[in-house]
Amino acid sequence: MAERLLELDGVSLAFGGLRCVSDLDLHVDEGEIVSVIGPNGAGKTTLFNLITGIYEPDEGDIRLAGESIVGLQPHQITRRGIARTFQTLRLFLNLTVKENVMTAAYGHTKAGIFRSMLRTPGMRREEREISELANQKLAFFGERLMGYRWNQPAYSLSYANRRRLEIARATATNPRLLLLDEPAAGMNPVETHEITELIGKLRTEGGYTILVIEHDMHVVEGISDRVIALDHGTKIAEGTFVEVATNQGVIEAYLGLGTAETK
Amino acid sequence: MSEWLPPETESPEEAVPTTGPAVGRDEWVAREGERRVSRAGWAGTVEERLRRVPWWAWLTLFVAAGSLMPLFESSGYVRLVGFNTVIYMMLALGLNLVVGWGGLLDLGYLAFFGVGSYVYAIFDSAKFGYHVPSILIIPAATIVGALVGLLVGLPSRRLSGDYLAIVTLFFLELFETVATNGNQIFGHDITGGSFGISTVFPLSFAGHTLAVQHNGIFAVSYYYLAIVMFLIVYVALFFVNNSRTGRAWRSLREDPLAAEVMGMPVNWLKLMSFATGAGVAALAGTISTALNASVYPLNFSPVVLITIYAMVILGGSGSQPGVVIGAFLVSVLLQVLQDPGQARVLFYLVIAFGVIAAYRVSVRLAIVAASTAVFGIAAHAIAASFHHSWVDGAHGGLAGVLANWVVVPEQLTPWVGQVAYLFLLVGMLCATQLRGRLRLVALPPTLYLAAFVWENEMIPNPGPARYIVLGLLLIVLMIVRPNGLLGERRVEIN
Repeated sequence: MAERLLELDGVSLAFGGLRCVSDLDLHVDEGEIVSVIGPNGAGKTTLFNLITGIYEPDEGDIRLAGESIVGLQPHQITRRGIARTFQTLRLFLNLTVKENVMTAAYGHTKAGIFRSMLRTPGMRREEREISELANQKLAFFGERLMGYRWNQPAYSLSYANRRRLEIARATATNPRLLLLDEPAAGMNPVETHEITELIGKLRTEGGYTILVIEHDMHVVEGISDRVIALDHGTKIAEGTFVEVATNQGVIEAYLGLGTAETK
Repeated sequence: MSEWLPPETESPEEAVPTTGPAVGRDEWVAREGERRVSRAGWAGTVEERLRRVPWWAWLTLFVAAGSLMPLFESSGYVRLVGFNTVIYMMLALGLNLVVGWGGLLDLGYLAFFGVGSYVYAIFDSAKFGYHVPSILIIPAATIVGALVGLLVGLPSRRLSGDYLAIVTLFFLELFETVATNGNQIFGHDITGGSFGISTVFPLSFAGHTLAVQHNGIFAVSYYYLAIVMFLIVYVALFFVNNSRTGRAWRSLREDPLAAEVMGMPVNWLKLMSFATGAGVAALAGTISTALNASVYPLNFSPVVLITIYAMVILGGSGSQPGVVIGAFLVSVLLQVLQDPGQARVLFYLVIAFGVIAAYRVSVRLAIVAASTAVFGIAAHAIAASFHHSWVDGAHGGLAGVLANWVVVPEQLTPWVGQVAYLFLLVGMLCATQLRGRLRLVALPPTLYLAAFVWENEMIPNPGPARYIVLGLLLIVLMIVRPNGLLGERRVEIN
């Protein structure tokens, strides 16, 4: 069995008495693509916020490659190898496309303010490396983010390209685990198909382990090794896509009780 | 792409049959060349050429032009204004770092300028008998300024927006209070109290003293020293802006949460932004104090802070060349406006531009102009028919011409001026709130009242008047260019 990259052990979180996530066990193995599905408000994005350290769990433990990451600040968790995208895009809109990707290299670069002021040879070498890294990450998207658009502010990009840029920025932190929050939201069928291929490519060529939240079942079917269904902050089903898609509890969660019975 | 092809035609690459959608094929990019907007003709060529001029060429040109100034201008006053302008430019660069890049609303910024000034004054004045060489005290004061910035940042690092503004403004007030009462801190005199320290030594390098005055005229050496420091600060900050730290600052301005999740320690970066900006301000404080040979708590009043903010906003927050030009314009304007004659010309120009900006060149503009003129002549005639002393106040130049239009009594009864002021405010409210014909009716009396108040109330008080003109100018500019003169277009929301 592959190494357990991410493990959640009995994680619970409540906001003022409202339980968003309760007693959740979850694991992602090295090299796996795992999808998280569930109706709106099921706690999917909260799960991502817990993993990346934006929220701290009330109970339970989160481990990355065997080490607990509970209590660390988000930037420390990112440096240990978890990167994410956001469901509501959070790009640095007034920075250029390329700068957006370059910023994410902060965690694994060193030059301080004084070295930058003096532009020491070491700092310049590092800048070249960051620039090359950004080129490489952007080139991953083929023509989509190509050419002179790199020097344009990110706000000039279309919605679909902003999603792509967010993925490029996340990969520039050199992560082991990539968390994608609804990567296909707002994309047309062709682009959705493209995203499905792209996620596969991220694993094979990029070597990332991927945990993805997705509503589009075609995408989920196309990419997932394993699917986890959440509802009201608890895991209601886990298994292959077919197993989860035919699970009685999942159908009830999505369509409501009764619909499933009359089916 | 060949010219005869209509844009809809697929390019040869796209005609190649593919299985399913290929990753990353993009029509937008394929037709990128056609979309580029550029002006035709020689104007477009000039624009394109100008855009290719590198930043250091502009900087060199600017500094060279500044350095030549003393050759043409022998007046000590003008040279002193030049020196102060360069100091303002440095202050604007430092504030731009904190506000324009870091996105932190730092209203205590001026206090760090004060820290630099006082450190220099305390360790280099006859008052306390210390005489630390400039080569040591300038870097030391800069570091102390940065450290104080770090200390102020520590408790406020978790704050953002309005809360940070309140805390830092409090710090500026605290600094002023401490400086004013610093002559009795535990029985020791440290800051000289409200009289400040007025026996500061000039700069000295390797035993050679840099005299402030040369044959009774302001010595140019300080001006050149300020320019060199400005140049160093500009280049250093330019390099920082294009480093990982600068990019991180700008990303935390855009979205602190995303920056944190992308691996940037947001709290630490905020502190660094605070401290670096404070260091720049302290550096500017040292040579400014050395030149003025004195330092007073009143040098650090909120008015100066607002002036620096005006420079940064006017020039375009976030843009280095922008804030430098903003500092230049505001500093020079404030000097020019000290002369009532020049202030008057500027006042009417600003109003004229404001009205033109509102109506463009149109029939309505003509109506407003004509009715304002007629309104004025009528009012003048009515006032003159009562008593000639009612219109005898002004004479000569533009004032002489205006004297046939604006009512300027020899002695204005105080309450008349106050009532006019009140009516002006009401008129301005009406003129901005009303639309269409009603505004057309409200505007001429309002404009006339503005001229009346200006001639009778503002001209005799040039102090507040120049800030009013500056404020008006800022308002007009912000309407025309909301992001400042050289500011990039920005979006605030997703």
